[in-house]
Amino acid sequence: MREGYEVVYKRPKSLIETRMHYCPGCFHGTVHKLLMEVLDEMEIVEKTIGVCPVGCSVFAYDYMNVDMQEAAHGRAAAVATAISRLHPDKYVFSYQGDGDLAAIGTAETIHACNRGENIVFIFINNGIYGMTGGQMAPTTLKGQITTTSPHGRDPINAGMPLKMSEIVSGFDGVAYVERVSCNTAGNARKTKKALEKAMKISEQKIGTSFIEVISNCPSGWKCTPVQSLDWIKDEQIPYFPLGVIKEPGK
Amino acid sequence: MAAKGYVEISVECCKGCGLCVVSCPVKCLEIKKTDTNSFGLHYSFQAEDKCIACKNCAIVCPDACITVYKKTV
Repeated sequence: MREGYEVVYKRPKSLIETRMHYCPGCFHGTVHKLLMEVLDEMEIVEKTIGVCPVGCSVFAYDYMNVDMQEAAHGRAAAVATAISRLHPDKYVFSYQGDGDLAAIGTAETIHACNRGENIVFIFINNGIYGMTGGQMAPTTLKGQITTTSPHGRDPINAGMPLKMSEIVSGFDGVAYVERVSCNTAGNARKTKKALEKAMKISEQKIGTSFIEVISNCPSGWKCTPVQSLDWIKDEQIPYFPLGVIKEPGK
Repeated sequence: MAAKGYVEISVECCKGCGLCVVSCPVKCLEIKKTDTNSFGLHYSFQAEDKCIACKNCAIVCPDACITVYKKTV
């Protein structure tokens, strides 16, 4: 360190010092980092249990220095339900992508939210099945070209993209729903605030929290990381508007 | 006058995605196109000494490889 300077930002302590396997520019790393910062700042690392999904973030337990459990594909909500019921004094989060939460695990997610389990859902929505090579997901945008929709998603055959946040916000058991992104530094700061708020709601035990992070997939979208930011701004955010959808007391 | 701050970027950790470069309000970061790290990836570095320690680059960095230093008064 140079003389006369102090550290104002560094890698969070709970993020294990290793190189992540994600593609360059992937928001998984950003969300891992922001989540670990929140846990560090709230000093609840020892009291948190996470559930990993199947998808690109299947190895999240290699990067987050908290107690974690791997779940079968789509069943993270069911596993998190069991953990939160057996350990009511712990903070439980479920970190899932759109193939896991919105496709194979829709039933588990919807029923866990309807029961109002004390879980923080972190839903990474990049509109594609990134891990398997960029196939069409339920959240793929209308007209978006993927390997299984080479002419663009056709709403007549595939329906319109699934708005999970709006769906779960209708349940009485859900306390807090917010849609955020990490495409700019400002939005990344909002993501951190949303994660912090969700963890505080988990402490009060007033219902499920659901944070949808509009994410990117430069490899699956076949563009550079910087171009993916423009795609998020121009295509994804108009269909999936950011902001608080539901919060306690309102 | 010395700059308000500076950043240190871990060369081995950086994957050269360029998200820090576009997030920097004073445009002091660049991707090193002439060199690679041991994984064969270009990495970003601080090209100009005009950092204002706003932390934007570190917040958007997906690989958490940026440390930001700010001048103490």
